[in-house]
Amino acid sequence: MVLILADQTDGQFKKTAFEALSYGAKVAEQLGTTAEAVVLGTVSADLSALGKYGIKKVHHAANESLNVLDAQLYTRVIADAVKSTEAKVLVLPHNNTGRAIAGRLSARLKAAMVPAAVSLPDTTNGFVVKKVVFSGKAFANVSLNTDIKIISLNMNAYKAVAGEGMAEVVQLNVNVDAPKVKVTATEKVKGEIPLTEATRVVSGGRGLKGPENWGIVEDLAHALDAALACSRPVADAGWRPHHEHVGQTGIAIAPNLYVAAGISGAIQHLAGVNRSKVIVVINKDAEAPFFKAADYGVVGDVFEVLPKFTEEVKKLKGA
Amino acid sequence: MKILVCISKTPDTTAKIAFKNGNTQFEETGVQWIINPYDEWYALVRAIELKEKDPSTILHLVMVGGADAEPIIRKALALGGDEAIRINTTKLQDSFYVASQIAEVAKNGGYDLIFTGKETIDYNGSSIGAMVSELLDLPYISLATKFDVQGSTATVTREIEGGEEVNEVSLPIVVSCQKGMAEARIPNMRGIMSARTKPLKVVEPIEADELTGINSFELPPAKAGVKMISPDNMAELVRLLHEEAKVI
Ligand SMILES: Cc1cc2nc3c(=O)[nH]c(=O)nc-3n(C[C@H](O)[C@H](O)[C@H](O)COP(=O)(O)OP(=O)(O)OC[C@H]3O[C@@H](n4cnc5c(N)ncnc54)[C@H](O)[C@@H]3O)c2cc1C
Ligand SMILES: Nc1ncnc2c1ncn2[C@@H]1O[C@H](COP(=O)(O)O)[C@@H](O)[C@H]1O
Repeated sequence: MVLILADQTDGQFKKTAFEALSYGAKVAEQLGTTAEAVVLGTVSADLSALGKYGIKKVHHAANESLNVLDAQLYTRVIADAVKSTEAKVLVLPHNNTGRAIAGRLSARLKAAMVPAAVSLPDTTNGFVVKKVVFSGKAFANVSLNTDIKIISLNMNAYKAVAGEGMAEVVQLNVNVDAPKVKVTATEKVKGEIPLTEATRVVSGGRGLKGPENWGIVEDLAHALDAALACSRPVADAGWRPHHEHVGQTGIAIAPNLYVAAGISGAIQHLAGVNRSKVIVVINKDAEAPFFKAADYGVVGDVFEVLPKFTEEVKKLKGA
Repeated sequence: MKILVCISKTPDTTAKIAFKNGNTQFEETGVQWIINPYDEWYALVRAIELKEKDPSTILHLVMVGGADAEPIIRKALALGGDEAIRINTTKLQDSFYVASQIAEVAKNGGYDLIFTGKETIDYNGSSIGAMVSELLDLPYISLATKFDVQGSTATVTREIEGGEEVNEVSLPIVVSCQKGMAEARIPNMRGIMSARTKPLKVVEPIEADELTGINSFELPPAKAGVKMISPDNMAELVRLLHEEAKVI
């Protein structure tokens, strides 16, 4: 059996959960077995609806203690679920939750784990999964050499596919202590599409000259239904919030469309965005290194090009 | 307070990525090595700041690696820290093996705080800190952006899905550090001089399992090449994105 952590945020499931479920269901199909999900904490979403992603059963540990990401508690509960269900493969999303617990689960279960996975397992000779290495500049084929295998699936690496189906929901009875981690404040990123979830991203660099000019970037992002990002110097200068910084030392993203405006395309910047499916670069310097990594390039002034680009997108949408 | 910072060695961020021996090994020729940026800029510098605030703090660095890693750990000592421990092995491919080595040193050292970087920029594992915390049965605060400590209670801001939260947690703990924790520093002359005489202990690895292996590496398929569009023809760009690339 393949067990998948359907990670929830504030009682709801997001794209990463659906990707992990669809991926896990496919792995199960490949192995000729079934897929089931585990859900931790209280949820408002309809759990049986997770069946749409190809899973048969949802194990729900509804304890309130699990509404806080206490890596120790999460690990204990999920490891016990793996054991009690006799799961052979565990799939997690490689998001902030996965990063907190995938390594712990590996150590606890003494199970081989592949982080930042981007492919289905190749089982022709062992169990081999491709992962991102060198910040997206290369891939490694990792063999998982234990009986139980853990896959932490990179975001945007597998497309969620919703079909028909309802999952059976069963309570997972667990005894958990109060979390050792006490949450004293929370700040949610509101109103915007979180960068790592976004299918389209519009990003600005130093070529924008100052924070007061971000309106034209925001307008394009709005028209495209895209999230906002920026280069590191832009975040360092305080023009944009730190959580928008993409690259080697910022966030790594893999959207379908990445639009880079006034960004030179330094190798450390590319490291965070080179897994984007389609890259559009707008730069006034025809020699900017970013053009080498681009699919579509525009040599021009961002202050003229961006508003025109936005206008044409609106025309398309209006049509 | 006693702090342990985990330091790893990575290729410089601009290094050319190539492989040899039938794509089974990283081509190291001509590569410059650096301290993994997350370990240096965020974990180590924050630990140094904590020691500056409370000079009674003992700060140790640990690196799992061969003798070739010593210049990197000396570089880390030049930034700060009292002594370093190198666990002498070149078996670095499996995270569980590496984490088992760090956990062994940590177990015997009585540390209140163990800092790692968010991830190494070559393996991109984001997993050693989590593994070490499990092996020691300690709380793990991942992806911390701010860290402070008062007595035996740490206050940590960390990234979770959908935002950030502030945690209070009792020491001892393991924390993975990222941007926001501290500002990068450059070592001064005094630091560089004193690093030469700081103790660098070499210990032999313990027996531990390797759970994974790397069969091969590959480079991403080359891009088909960029299609240039006139700045006066944004209608064409939008058409291509819609009809050809199908992303809008
Ligand atoms: C260890 C390390 C880690 C790093 N990590 C990151 C990282 O995670 N992310 C990151 O982004 N950087 C990172 N950097 C920094 C990186 O090397 C570059 O310095 C940075 O990406 C440059 O940002 P930029 O392109 O916005 O600015 P610049 O390099 O200054 O480029 C600005 C560009 O805008 C163009 N331009 C100017 N005016 C206009 C106009 N009116 N219209 C159109 N184009 C215009 C210019 O031609 C130029 O190409 C890192 C560096 C190091 C050493
Ligand atoms: N060989 C090593 N020696 C010491 N610490 C390491 C080593 N490898 C990784 N680490 C630490 O673990 C963190 C996460 O590494 P990784 O899980 O490989 O991405 C790094 O940022 C380091 O702090």
